[in-house]
Amino acid sequence: MKQLTLMKRISRLKKYLPLFLMLVPGLAYLIINNYLPLFGLVIAFKDYNYSQGIFGSDWIGFKNFEYLFKTTDAYIITRNTILYNGVFILLNLMIGIGVAIFLNEIKNRFLSRFYQTVILMPYLISMVIVGYLVFAMFSLETGFINKTILPWLGISDISWYSEAKYWPYILTLVHIWKSAGYLCVIFLATIIGIDHEYYEAAKIDGATAWQQIWKITIPLLTPVVIIMTLLQIGRIFYSDFGLFYQVPLNAGALQSTTNVIDTYVYRSLMTLGDIGMSSAAGLYQSLVGCVLVFVSNYLVRRINKDNAMF
Amino acid sequence: MKRQQKLWQTGMHAILIAISVMCILPVILMAVSSITDEKTIYTKGYSFIPEKFSFEAYQFIWQDADRILHAYGITILITLIGTLSGLIITALLAYPLSRKDMPLNRFFSLFVFFTMLFNGGLVPTYLVYTQLFDLKNTLLALIVPALLMNAFYIMLMRTFFKTSIPDALIEAAKIDGAGEFFIFLRIVLPLSLPILATVALFQTINYWNDWFNGMVYVTDSKLYSLQNLLNRILLDIQFIANSNFGSQAELAADLPMESVRMALAVIGVLPILIAYPFFQKYFVKGLTIGAVKG
Repeated sequence: MKQLTLMKRISRLKKYLPLFLMLVPGLAYLIINNYLPLFGLVIAFKDYNYSQGIFGSDWIGFKNFEYLFKTTDAYIITRNTILYNGVFILLNLMIGIGVAIFLNEIKNRFLSRFYQTVILMPYLISMVIVGYLVFAMFSLETGFINKTILPWLGISDISWYSEAKYWPYILTLVHIWKSAGYLCVIFLATIIGIDHEYYEAAKIDGATAWQQIWKITIPLLTPVVIIMTLLQIGRIFYSDFGLFYQVPLNAGALQSTTNVIDTYVYRSLMTLGDIGMSSAAGLYQSLVGCVLVFVSNYLVRRINKDNAMF
Repeated sequence: MKRQQKLWQTGMHAILIAISVMCILPVILMAVSSITDEKTIYTKGYSFIPEKFSFEAYQFIWQDADRILHAYGITILITLIGTLSGLIITALLAYPLSRKDMPLNRFFSLFVFFTMLFNGGLVPTYLVYTQLFDLKNTLLALIVPALLMNAFYIMLMRTFFKTSIPDALIEAAKIDGAGEFFIFLRIVLPLSLPILATVALFQTINYWNDWFNGMVYVTDSKLYSLQNLLNRILLDIQFIANSNFGSQAELAADLPMESVRMALAVIGVLPILIAYPFFQKYFVKGLTIGAVKG
């Protein structure tokens, strides 16, 4: 009897062997790219040194974290990351919904498509190029703002790249410019999917375009809006590295307002070579980030099971 | 009523035109600056309507085109290899996961999915690729880390296979004696062209625009992709003067630096902007299926 089940098992395994083989390259990649680094997380608790390697280095417990949280850096990068992302989520949402509704109102389909093309375009431009665009606007000696706009207003040159106080506004503007189009496309797809009969009925009852927007479009869009927002909140601890590194041109003078967790980890690793500190900051980000993903997913699940990630 | 509607439409168009203009203005500033006379830029700054035009910047780049062409070559090479190999391993992994009869299906799905929730972050990843695999300053460093495949595309493809390929079709092929590889290649893939095209498009854009891998893993300027070259030039203002561009002393005196910089950015972004209207439809479709259900 036992032998029979064993034989059965082997033949079953044989039958599925080709499928298992297909899995191999992809799983191997995930192991290298995603799972091996997880073992490397232990270096946050070690005094890393290149000659001894990840597992040979001495354990130092929570020392790296103690150093990290003793500095003001930990507070600044956490504050910057959350504040920036919070503002981004809010503004992106309002602008994304607004523009999607406007686009949906346009009767001329060709023009509507044209606007959509243009509004989504910045999403495709790499952050390096965005850095050039911002430089053309804000450069001290040759920038459009310093040379054309400020003289009009009678204000003298501003050294944008050495004044930290302006960057929260600049970075927010750049972020909205680059990514509001993405949310707009998603909301527009939802709006287009709304049953036309609602609008027909509203028109018969004499509803104005404005009333249709507030009483039909926005209520029916709300579930998608909530879900997109929760998913973004789940990622509030991760920021767009390119935006905070490339756009301010990695300028040291701007770091009080442009340093976020991601740029901090990068700079500690690549510029200072402080592996202990950067891995501690990285682990802090991964852990809090993971908790937030779970919380936001739990909330999404309670609203609509189909939209939850898991 | 009719008049009111017309007014409403005009208002909407006005708002959207204003938004579109804001989206496109910085790009126009860059393009115009690249064909502005260098002296004009020094006195008047970058501007939309320069006093004097000049194609000097492009002539200048053309004189020393090797560097740019080399970087272009690297970008094209990594985009082709990365997209193709990434697409293959993604499809190979997604297909068995889409099969309900596959043993251990749930375990492998979870294995893939977990990578979306938690990751080691930059430091351990960097150490794995540089210490364990010695990828620093190799072409593979531009292709493999982070970009080659991600769980999100696997989920996307798995969902497509699950919903668009009837089980009966696979069963029928099996009864006819077709092997699993044959079914995958001859039946599943040809029926999945839309999702393959979508993932390939996203991969292409990711590779074309990537500068992060180059910044982290590559210090040898021979391996710079276009984005890395542009990145270096922008971050290091003296880079042009010190590089091959200014190797002749007489040239270094009046380098058209400011316009050259913008001309390089134009050259970097042009291919993607030209191709964009053609792939826009698929791009938008990909964004929406990705967001609504992964």
